[in-house]
Amino acid sequence: MVAQSQQLCTFTVDRYTFGVEVQKVQEVLRSQEMTRVPLAPWVVRGLINLRGQIVTAIDLRRRLGLPDAPVGVSPMCVILRSDQGAVSLLVDKIGDVREVSRDVFEPPPVTLSDLGRDLIHGVYKLPDKLLILLDAEQAIASTLARAKTSTTSSRPDSTKAEGKVS
Amino acid sequence: MSDDEQDEIITEFLVEAHENLDALDRELLALEKNPNAPGLLASVFRRVHTVKGACGFLGFSKLEIVAHASENLLSKVREEELELTPTIITALLGVADTMRGILRGIEANGKEGDEDHSAVVDNINLLQRGEEPPPPPAAPEGTRAASPAAAAPPPATAAAPAPAPGPAAPAATKAATAAPGAHAPHPEPASADLRAHNVSDSYLRVDVALLDKLMNLVGELVLARNQVLQVAPLVDDQNFSATSQRLNLITTELQSGVMKTRMQPIGNIWEKLPRVVRDLALICGKQVRVEMEGTETELDKTIIEAIKDPLTHLVRNCVDHGIETAVDRVAGGKTPDGRLSLRAYHEGGQVNIEISDDGKGMDLEAIKNKGLERNLITPEQVARMTDRDLQNLIFLPGLSTAEKISNVSGRGVGMDVVKTNIEKIGGVVDVHSRRGLGTTFRIKIPLTLAIIPALIVTTGGERYAVPQISLLELVRLTATQAHERIELVQGAPVYRLRGNLLPLVYLNRELEIEDRQADAGEANVNIVVLQTDNRRFGLVVDQVNDTEEIVVKPLGQHLKGITAFAGATIMGDGRVALILDILGIAQHARVISEAHDRASAQQEGAREDKGGSKQTLLLFLTRDGRRMAIPLSIVARLEEFPRQSVERFGVHAVVQYRDRILPLVDIVDLVDGGSGGGLAGQDPLELNDTIHVVVYNEGQRSVGVVVGQIVDIVDDAIDLSPGAGRGGLSGCAVIQQKVTELINLEALVLSRGAELLDLYQSSQGAGAGPGPGAALGA
Repeated sequence: MVAQSQQLCTFTVDRYTFGVEVQKVQEVLRSQEMTRVPLAPWVVRGLINLRGQIVTAIDLRRRLGLPDAPVGVSPMCVILRSDQGAVSLLVDKIGDVREVSRDVFEPPPVTLSDLGRDLIHGVYKLPDKLLILLDAEQAIASTLARAKTSTTSSRPDSTKAEGKVS
Repeated sequence: MSDDEQDEIITEFLVEAHENLDALDRELLALEKNPNAPGLLASVFRRVHTVKGACGFLGFSKLEIVAHASENLLSKVREEELELTPTIITALLGVADTMRGILRGIEANGKEGDEDHSAVVDNINLLQRGEEPPPPPAAPEGTRAASPAAAAPPPATAAAPAPAPGPAAPAATKAATAAPGAHAPHPEPASADLRAHNVSDSYLRVDVALLDKLMNLVGELVLARNQVLQVAPLVDDQNFSATSQRLNLITTELQSGVMKTRMQPIGNIWEKLPRVVRDLALICGKQVRVEMEGTETELDKTIIEAIKDPLTHLVRNCVDHGIETAVDRVAGGKTPDGRLSLRAYHEGGQVNIEISDDGKGMDLEAIKNKGLERNLITPEQVARMTDRDLQNLIFLPGLSTAEKISNVSGRGVGMDVVKTNIEKIGGVVDVHSRRGLGTTFRIKIPLTLAIIPALIVTTGGERYAVPQISLLELVRLTATQAHERIELVQGAPVYRLRGNLLPLVYLNRELEIEDRQADAGEANVNIVVLQTDNRRFGLVVDQVNDTEEIVVKPLGQHLKGITAFAGATIMGDGRVALILDILGIAQHARVISEAHDRASAQQEGAREDKGGSKQTLLLFLTRDGRRMAIPLSIVARLEEFPRQSVERFGVHAVVQYRDRILPLVDIVDLVDGGSGGGLAGQDPLELNDTIHVVVYNEGQRSVGVVVGQIVDIVDDAIDLSPGAGRGGLSGCAVIQQKVTELINLEALVLSRGAELLDLYQSSQGAGAGPGPGAALGA
């Protein structure tokens, strides 16, 4: 982020527009057939077959603590490169690749707390909207994925922990 | 050592020697350019030494002498007693050529040939003593070895090596010393053709990472093939279906081919074991003889690596704990030297490895006491444990029965690690021991980890793959059957599988996915009977699909923590399916920890059998319509035979059954004592097309009891009415609202069917009786 401007791959989730550095994006796909993974963390929606490679799909809505998308709306896949192979982020809609200038960048405003400040590098103030720069590594990190599992705790799965112990 | 093995060793030696000599050439040339290059001289020395060592071992004395001479020369150079002159380099290069010549001879005939290489050796020896260039037959030597035809330009010495050095020497020396490199290209063209046939050229060293990558690609291809095959029937095109068939065949072949490249014989890791055993036996003061069988059994490289340590550990255990000292052995009537045998063989897509000793076997009392002492088990548990359960306790962490801790074993770590390591690669380990006779460890491991056969099941609308290695059988119950036969033991569902209680695990409940049908009580119940960790359990799934070869893929970071899954795979339709980790599910469902309860339930059942009030009974109708029951526990098997298969032997009816002759007797005859225990006189067998037979074993012998129709298996508290008093009749009871005769089959067979049992026994001897002998031959 030393560069004066950078290219961001943009997408929308709920009413927010996000961007990720294009270098981190491997590809963008339409809604893929997904296999549910029982017992998985809440944010993991399932597994998709990316040309023979099995990719974990992480729901960005759930990751950000937003309500699930209305039924019938199929999410798009943003495949991100990571150290542990590709990971897919599920988003609502894919936008353009935007060239943004460092001049209009600002650190995350305090009011953004509900979106999980840990996931956000900052905001680009574009003329038409605010473009939130997503921290791709954090978004797909497995350690944090579990922290947001407030919904999972309501599941009757005290057994799960025991399963691990034994 | 067999000829094959010898050949294999020689081939390996040749490959290695050629490699070493080629490297020697390069290094000598480099050394000449830069005599002080660090490590280079040492490397040259090592190469010569390696070749020398190997040929000494294989008995190639000529090669050894030549190598030895150059080694001496090199050591002088290394100790700086001699300067590394071009002359010496030339001589050494010549030696390399001579050695190549000998190697070619070995390759062609398996022998070193009769050529005399003393000239080369003398030359080297002279140099070694620091004497100035004697006749160096290096160039002619090399050329001659390469091909007699190519030897034309230099003075012809091919026919008589011994007198050659004299006249040819001065000229050759000059040429050689002036341009040591010059003679090298000389024999090159000639030897190049020959080398095309060298063994070293038919082997390649390949990076394992490359093989891994190939394996991955083949995995992808297998998936693509599966997808194509799934589409093929939908496409109405002859060409396409033919092509897809070919694709199928080629893929399968490619898959096995690539897998083969990764295969290594288990002997590779076994060959180190005799040494381990020897050293250990020495420390323990024992005599141990190692026997190996199936050293050529091949396994995937990753698996070989994974079992190396567990195997070594088990072998050490056998020597340390299993085999007694010579004195003890003799006292026990055994040979002074203990036998440790290693056996490997393929079976059903798996590899079985057995490590057994003929030592003292396991002391179950000691295990029990140790387990109690360390609080690993409770006295209540012990009381319910079978010998087998006790034996398997040794795999618990913290249990060692060695009385004193040696540096070898006895710290109580190890066996649990062995077990974990083997399970990690999808294998199972099991132990059988007989007091005083020895202990056998049995390891079952998959051939490869990358592509495994699996059973595909469906639950909650998603498919899951069950690795076939854990699969025992499939049971399907209709809704009504399920209602009747799935019972609860303290809230835990069980199914009675041939008299044994099988704990049931509902996959949908384990995976916390909503019940679509299983609990509705409407649907059929599919039970996948699995075995892991020596425990059986039934996994209830919605649907059982097909078996398929699946490519195992790891799960991402987010899902690593879920013990229920071992990985994922891609199905023929391109969708992802999860691979179930049977051990993880069993642990999750606590099948394993509850298994002891299950065993106890079994034994309680047995106790009740003896008490006589509640029994599991096999209910059947005789052919004349009488209702009878016998305890299920004494039934070996239920069989149906087509009527045509019944043969005659004297007055008796017999059938061929599992390569034996099984005498048949009608239950009515047995109970009423009719017809002297046989089926003579009348031939009621003709009434039906199939006959139902209860196979009953008395010791090693069997008899088939013919019944009319199997009705049911019931488990009832029975009110015994005083029986009709006839022999073999335990009494009468009302079962399922009908009067049923309870038969004491044991007593009946012993009293009235003894003759039949003898018949079975006599038929075991090949051709003991004229009738059965002929029947067996058919």
